[in-house]
Amino acid sequence: MKDILLDINGLTKAYPGVVANNNVSFQILCGEVHALLGENGAGKSTLVKMIYGLVKPDSGSMTFQDQQFMPASPNAARGTGVAMVFQHFSLFDALSVAENIALGMDDAPKSRDLAKNIRQVSNAYGLPLEPNRIVGTLSAGERQRVEIIRCLLQNPKLLIMDEPTSVLTPQEVEVLFKTLRQLKSEGTSILYISHKLEEIRALCDTATILRHGEKVDTCIPATTTAREMAEMMVGASFANPIKANREMGDTILSLKNVSASSAEAFGTSLQGISLDLKEGEILGIGGVAGNGQDELLATLSGEMTVASDMIILDGQAIGKQGPTARRKIGLLSAPEERLGHAAAPAMSLRENTVITAAERKSLLNNGFIDWTAADQYTQDIIADFDVRTLGTHTPAGSLSGGNLQKFVVGREVLQNPKVFVVNQPTWGVDAAAAASIRQKLLDLADNGAGVIVISQDLDELLEISNRFCAINEGRLSKIVPTATLEMDQIGLMMGGATAEQEGADA
Amino acid sequence: MIHFEKRLNPSRITTVVTPIIAVILTMIAGGIMFAALGKPPLEAIRIIFWDPLFDPNFASYSRPQLLVKAGPLILIAIGLSIGFKAGIWNIGAEGQYIMGAVFGAAVALAAYPADSVLLFPAMVVSGACGGWLWAMIPAILRTKFNTNEILVSLMLVYVAESILASVAQGLLKNPEGYGFPGSRNLQQYPSAFNAEVIANSGMHWGVISAFIAVICAYVMMTRHIRGFEVRLMGEAPKAARFSGTSTTRLVVFCLGISGALAGLAGMFEVSGPSGQITIDFNSGYGFTAIIVAFLGRLHPIGILLAGLLMALTYIGGELAQLMLGLPGASIQLFQGMLLLFLLATDIFTNYRIRIGGAK
Repeated sequence: MKDILLDINGLTKAYPGVVANNNVSFQILCGEVHALLGENGAGKSTLVKMIYGLVKPDSGSMTFQDQQFMPASPNAARGTGVAMVFQHFSLFDALSVAENIALGMDDAPKSRDLAKNIRQVSNAYGLPLEPNRIVGTLSAGERQRVEIIRCLLQNPKLLIMDEPTSVLTPQEVEVLFKTLRQLKSEGTSILYISHKLEEIRALCDTATILRHGEKVDTCIPATTTAREMAEMMVGASFANPIKANREMGDTILSLKNVSASSAEAFGTSLQGISLDLKEGEILGIGGVAGNGQDELLATLSGEMTVASDMIILDGQAIGKQGPTARRKIGLLSAPEERLGHAAAPAMSLRENTVITAAERKSLLNNGFIDWTAADQYTQDIIADFDVRTLGTHTPAGSLSGGNLQKFVVGREVLQNPKVFVVNQPTWGVDAAAAASIRQKLLDLADNGAGVIVISQDLDELLEISNRFCAINEGRLSKIVPTATLEMDQIGLMMGGATAEQEGADA
Repeated sequence: MIHFEKRLNPSRITTVVTPIIAVILTMIAGGIMFAALGKPPLEAIRIIFWDPLFDPNFASYSRPQLLVKAGPLILIAIGLSIGFKAGIWNIGAEGQYIMGAVFGAAVALAAYPADSVLLFPAMVVSGACGGWLWAMIPAILRTKFNTNEILVSLMLVYVAESILASVAQGLLKNPEGYGFPGSRNLQQYPSAFNAEVIANSGMHWGVISAFIAVICAYVMMTRHIRGFEVRLMGEAPKAARFSGTSTTRLVVFCLGISGALAGLAGMFEVSGPSGQITIDFNSGYGFTAIIVAFLGRLHPIGILLAGLLMALTYIGGELAQLMLGLPGASIQLFQGMLLLFLLATDIFTNYRIRIGGAK
């Protein structure tokens, strides 16, 4: 039996109104990859923050290599040998790799030595990275390498990784896993947080499962099925979405060579995007974050307008129309960012329905809002999409991610769209809610609507879509039927093999 | 150890109670200050808060003054609050107030000495237009060239003041005024005079307009889609654009309405309590209204109360200077305390105090 590196004993942390962690105990052994698994809001982040010294537990204790361990700050945690790679990178675009790494170090060496160290580490772990490159020019995968190398330079004994693969292509995931396995073989322990069960099965030795802030189970991922783990997470069994065989109708939406420059400073411009969507079809668009997904959604929702005949809905040229006009004729959308974009956090659910449903649900009477009708529609959404909330007056910001997402998707789906475009429908949503949202999207297509799902979750896209394509630097790859798709091919598509290039190669 | 803890939901009770606590705290701190100045503290506070309304000797004069002072404050603050809710910052209400007065008075002076029932309505329209036009300058500059409306609207106050000085000595100068700067007195021009609707109440048309504005703003913000768009733009600008709200239209709408209301306030002032265009016609209502809007928490009813309270401290303050020989600065200090305590107690709406507990 291996030695225990970190022994967590009865950690409890309560916030007003919610117990984030209740009496959580488990051990991380030396040189193991330990998965921390749980739905959103299960308490994973709070637990990790306590280990990393960002949050103080109310009670409980930890020992690190048999020493009392209660870091008062991330500095103290790093000093003991705990390092963490966050899900959201904290890097400065305008600085070089080496400068960014130096900023995060407690006592940074001279820049020449540091560059040498960076090269050494990056060679040793198969993470190619040039210290003098400006971070703004790096891909998401490369940025993550910066964060990982920053951690590795401190020779951590425990490396915490929070959802590391959410921004990576399948090939990049393979590179990362190789690095993590090498670290493990050298005796470094890794605490790996993810909700991608197949990854956990491929990589982790042990998994601790949290639910509602409590440890509910431990398992050996290699010998447990993904479904069993998902059910442990949720605490109940749930149905997988069923992809019915359905008839496709006529083409309902066409994009013709859509090009648009982004309004945002670091946005991606769309370049010559063409696609056709049929009634009853689900088109999946994959790709690494930041490759034009937001812009594509904005172009379809009407937040960004283009030349009129670039977008044809049901025979009408609508490229120049704004969001309200497009909703009126049946093109609805749900953007990725739930809080602040799809919904206003401080406003009640009832008020949030008015944001997109005012026209199609006749919530307006000479410009005056019919709050009774709005309330009724909100209740319909809550009932139909199983949104867990105290009522229609609850502020949207106080709902959990999964419940708010169900609300946001429900708000559009129940308006019977002709075409529904959704970006990241199940991002950060627990497994049960994700399954029910996917089922609703399938039902919507069964009823004859055209659906475009933009997502970084490939499993999701393969599960529900009829055809698949990838977006890379604002360009769309060839669109292929999902049934004939191989994982390698997806990787190439995400990496930027466009339709023209593939044609040229062939 | 004492520390603040975020409330899950903003407390409704504290929203109502904190202003009252703030007024009480102001009285205590102000009383201490007055005592330190060697004046009887209780009497000073009574003179400021009580005598203007109820003293048999002064109330008959100062009670109407309350409405005269509160009217323009409320009218302007209501307009400003709509923009502030949307995150559109019109700081130049003072300039729009001046232009409203100049435009309104110009119509009357051009028609002088004609007698018509249509003259006063024409002045109302002209005054509103004057304020609206002046507010359109920052609106157009922002929507076309993405300039900052805070700076532009503020700078235009000083332009408006120069225009005021110029017309008071030139274009609108009283030809029978023996060369003194300043226009004819509209109080002596019955068709143009904004007289009290009820004698000795202070209730002129501007005050009535302010009350109507309060009601309209309340209905718009709670029931109308335009008010909803305003709130949505303030809460979540991206969600507003996703919803289909045009930023350009909303900027024009918010600046336009606050400009028009400020212009109206200026026009009612020049045709009523002030009576004439003079070099120093404006007395800071446009700036004080910003404070009133925030004191009233950008809520129409709150603004109504805040406007009355602000007017009361002005009148009571003047009375206290007169009666007790309190220095004017101490009254300003007193008003400052009121603001400070209101804003300081505001934190309890979103936070609660925890003593000890967490380590």
